[in-house]
Amino acid sequence: MQRFASLLDNLAFTQSRNRKLALLADYFVSTLDPDRGWTLAALTDGLPFSLPLRRILPELLSSTVDPELYRLSRDYVGDTAETVSLLWPEQANKAAEQPTLSAVVAGFETAAKDHIPQLLSNTLDRLDISGRFALLKLLGGAPRVGVSARLAKTALAQAFNQDIGQIEEVWHSVDPPYLDLFAWLNGTGARPDPGGRPVFRPMMLAHPIEDSDWLQLDPSDLAAEWKWDGIRVQIAAIAGDMRLFSRTGDDISRAFPEIASAFIGRHCVLDGELLIVRDGQIAPFNDLQQRLNRKTVSSRQLRDFPAHIRLYDLLFEGGEDLREFPFQERRKRLEAWHAKTPPPLTDISEQVTFADFDALSQIWSGTRAGGIEGLMLKRKSSPYIAGRPKGHWWKWKRAPLTLDCVLMYAQRGSGKRSSYYSDYTFGVWIDNSSTAVEISEAQLVPVGKAYSGFTDEELLKLDRFVRNNTTDRFGPVRAVEPKLVLEVAFDAVQLSSRHKSGVAMRFPRIARIRWDKPANEADTLATVRTLL
Amino acid sequence: MQTSSRSPPFAKPHPAGRWLYPRPEGLFCEAGGFYIDPSKPVDKAVITHGHADHARRGHGAVLATPETIAVMKIRYGENCAGAFQPIHYGETVSLNGLSIGFVPAGHILGSAQIIVEHAGTRVVISGDYKRAADPTCEPFELVPCDVFVTEATFALPVFRHEPADKEACRLIKAIRQQPDRTHLLGVYGLGKCQRMIALLRRSGFDQTIHLHGALVQLTEFYQHSGFDMGSLRTIETGGTDRRQDYAGELVMCPPSAIADRWSRRFPDPATAFSSGWMRIRGRARQRGVELPLIVSDHADWPELITTIEETGAEEVWVTHGREDALVHQLGLMGISARALALVGFDDEGD
Ligand SMILES: [Zn+2]
Ligand SMILES: [Zn+2]
Repeated sequence: MQRFASLLDNLAFTQSRNRKLALLADYFVSTLDPDRGWTLAALTDGLPFSLPLRRILPELLSSTVDPELYRLSRDYVGDTAETVSLLWPEQANKAAEQPTLSAVVAGFETAAKDHIPQLLSNTLDRLDISGRFALLKLLGGAPRVGVSARLAKTALAQAFNQDIGQIEEVWHSVDPPYLDLFAWLNGTGARPDPGGRPVFRPMMLAHPIEDSDWLQLDPSDLAAEWKWDGIRVQIAAIAGDMRLFSRTGDDISRAFPEIASAFIGRHCVLDGELLIVRDGQIAPFNDLQQRLNRKTVSSRQLRDFPAHIRLYDLLFEGGEDLREFPFQERRKRLEAWHAKTPPPLTDISEQVTFADFDALSQIWSGTRAGGIEGLMLKRKSSPYIAGRPKGHWWKWKRAPLTLDCVLMYAQRGSGKRSSYYSDYTFGVWIDNSSTAVEISEAQLVPVGKAYSGFTDEELLKLDRFVRNNTTDRFGPVRAVEPKLVLEVAFDAVQLSSRHKSGVAMRFPRIARIRWDKPANEADTLATVRTLL
Repeated sequence: MQTSSRSPPFAKPHPAGRWLYPRPEGLFCEAGGFYIDPSKPVDKAVITHGHADHARRGHGAVLATPETIAVMKIRYGENCAGAFQPIHYGETVSLNGLSIGFVPAGHILGSAQIIVEHAGTRVVISGDYKRAADPTCEPFELVPCDVFVTEATFALPVFRHEPADKEACRLIKAIRQQPDRTHLLGVYGLGKCQRMIALLRRSGFDQTIHLHGALVQLTEFYQHSGFDMGSLRTIETGGTDRRQDYAGELVMCPPSAIADRWSRRFPDPATAFSSGWMRIRGRARQRGVELPLIVSDHADWPELITTIEETGAEEVWVTHGREDALVHQLGLMGISARALALVGFDDEGD
């Protein structure tokens, strides 16, 4: 338990991604089975059982800590597990050895329900503050120590010199504490076999197209498709079971039961876009968000936000792995497969025909008006390669929109940027009258936040501007005199109830710093609304 | 006298409240005509210790330990008060028929608890204090009393500080494990800085320690007072140091300098911060601290409770900090307690 607890502590206080990876990799290599497997479970999909901690903890505590002192402490600390770990009375004659992580997990996994409070109390007695914190985070589900499941898997790959794609591919065929996974990574066991289970195959991703790419491309080698504004998904169906996976291999099937039933009984692996489609019309991305990140879904949501899959690619047909085949070949197989017995709620993403790049460029310029995110270009001869291989697929996003906004607040960055004001909140004028002589901050309303798009040199200048023009401070945030215009590029504007302006930008970044432009010439909220 | 609404309803205010009570300027002893740690300039001030929220400039006359007086002169200048009267630990002075005594509070060099005896009642005003060992100051001396005026900076049961030597060793280990990085330790300038240096030296850390300019004068004062701080070096503003000179080194600075432009001169700095607040994860993360060291010059919750019990005081007055929890806890223990509404004290301890 000590190693797990100190790993969580170190991860929580480490900001750099590389250092987190190193901490995790070191832990996975130097910790024995099955402890390291339980840790991996805690950082990814969770333990295979859950405890009603919310109910048990207050009961346990009420006999040891005065309720008023608990309340005051909890209010101050802000986290129940942390509060309990600090308030739990330290046992005077504690054994020097803390229980191992696997012994703790085994204990809770097998305990009778009515014995769990007693077991929890005994275990807390045997741990120190950071051990108690780790235990409660472990049993409570997500430890939230700034490590995503993806980062944990990346660290695992790094630790054992394996490809992350390989780990993702076997991930859904292994279970905590992952003994067979570690045996395979150690070179002492066979690659875990998915058998009859639907598993994730790492996806093939595209590079944004750059000006220099065009010169090396021949239009006749390429197929073009629309880039839809949903989320990339993979459907894996086998033996009466199916899974819907996100781009990173997260299982999101439960949030989309209608998609699940559409594929039950099929045997295939498909690549496509998850969309909300109403009466044949694709709904805005906002609507899809209503359905994401849910454990369960109501019949009302099913009705109001109907899900749909637009298919791009066929990876497996039956047991046959098509990934080595050229894209053009897979596309034919996809069309034939779909034509035979199309699953409900699906269609195939239409291909875009074009004679040359000029014609394609024409089509691309029309994407925004057509409500499409842009174009995808795929080399006809490319196999389906996990990851983001160079020279195969390109995304050509529609041209961004830009607005001239006024810098309002700046916040210090994190990690290497912690001494720089590098996160910028900007706003637009509430109405046209503000372009008159009198300008005050009250007339600006924030519309977004950006922390990219500028060079290191520009960052230095922005930082200096913020420090020299600060009008107020709130913790790490500074309000600045509203006089610097930022040309902000973004993909779209959405309605948002979280922002005072009622709108929010998608993917904003600083396109240019307009040192030259007077703030009263910046855009207005009325202009922003026309972009909705 | 202003009292908290949380005081037990049965308790009658202690009669000492008639000659010792808060005023807008601070805690006022009417019988002696002086204030204790006043937040505004007054004629006569009795000062517990040199931290800025307790010792301010501009008083007519100041009664304090020689160390506290020296600190005030370093910070505010020789003429920061009309007159100074030094008093050593264990000495008493008489004034209008009452006596004022000073004993160590264990908080920082020269910090004192003030004992006021009047009309057969003994009141001890703790100032800031701690019970844990500190190589840079005299240990806290327990004085039985009728009324104990206590601080409450860390008065929540979640605050339990770690043994300071253990925390110093964690820092040394981190420095040795990451020889490419500079460790940047944030410390308060008076007390914590010198205590951390002394703790590190005791644990065998003999590298030169680099100090931010703001920490130098007070550290030199400790050296002149006879504390061996080992090899120290000042980081000059506009100096010609190269970044790589600081790899594997320990730099100490005021907390505010960590996120300041000043810290950009160091290669890949790892930030450490030594404070009782580091017990709370969110507090450490908020400041971007990688190595939170839970070392404080204030009493933690168990020390507060034990100390109050040991003084045998019938009544406890709680000054700056989280009074709610302490007043509640003392109520549970059958000790009558009330919060003194005093303004001007700083949450951070310095
Ligand atoms: Zn103090
Ligand atoms: Zn204080």
